[in-house]
Amino acid sequence: MSGAGVSAAGARDPGLQPERTRLAWRRTTLSGTVAALLAGKTALHGGPSAVGVSVCAVCCALWLSFLAVAHHRIRTLSEADDAGPPPLAARYAAAAALCTVALAVCGTLLVL
Amino acid sequence: MIDFARNVRLWFAPQEIGEEGRTPDYRFSLANERTFLAWLRTALALIGGGFAVDQFLPDLRWAWRVGLALALLAAGVLCSLRAVNHWVRCERAMRRGEDLPVSRFPALLSLAVAVVAVAMVVVVLARGNG
Repeated sequence: MSGAGVSAAGARDPGLQPERTRLAWRRTTLSGTVAALLAGKTALHGGPSAVGVSVCAVCCALWLSFLAVAHHRIRTLSEADDAGPPPLAARYAAAAALCTVALAVCGTLLVL
Repeated sequence: MIDFARNVRLWFAPQEIGEEGRTPDYRFSLANERTFLAWLRTALALIGGGFAVDQFLPDLRWAWRVGLALALLAAGVLCSLRAVNHWVRCERAMRRGEDLPVSRFPALLSLAVAVVAVAMVVVVLARGNG
């Protein structure tokens, strides 16, 4: 953390905190994409079946929800003024975590 | 566990966090958010590892394959739930001006990952001999 009182100094945050946070959301979206692709591969392994296709569709929906949360947060970060962006809303944090949990639940169904 | 249930309520009622204490410097909130995202990536990596064990080790005996995959998936679930819970606790502690919460979760997670890694080594060696 850089020295105190910098946030009032000007438009540009020398620690680039919003940019770093935006990139952290990008990295997390990328990890989510990899996990969703592996889930899709598992679901459609051995030819398309009714269960496989529906689980694959659920995984796609989860990935899209995560993308929507990340996109919303990145928009909020980029529209921030000198006072800094507002903190992350708890329901978005919960939504991102619940997408991850739901992906793992899909995985459990597929593995068993 | 009672703390956890109370925190779960806070996940969906952000205005209750907003009413407590003072808003901290936005840089601290963003740092807390990045830590949350890093834990979420760890969870996603564990889940991806679970899928990978299931997909890329087809010669493994069914019990071992499913056991390892389920262990990794369960670790991923715990990790993401803990990520959002710890984020809420840190956010609230910063608003109240308290010390940040301490946690033994990182130690437990690294022990679990070490156990899974040892299990993988045993499985690979057993396959080499058999």
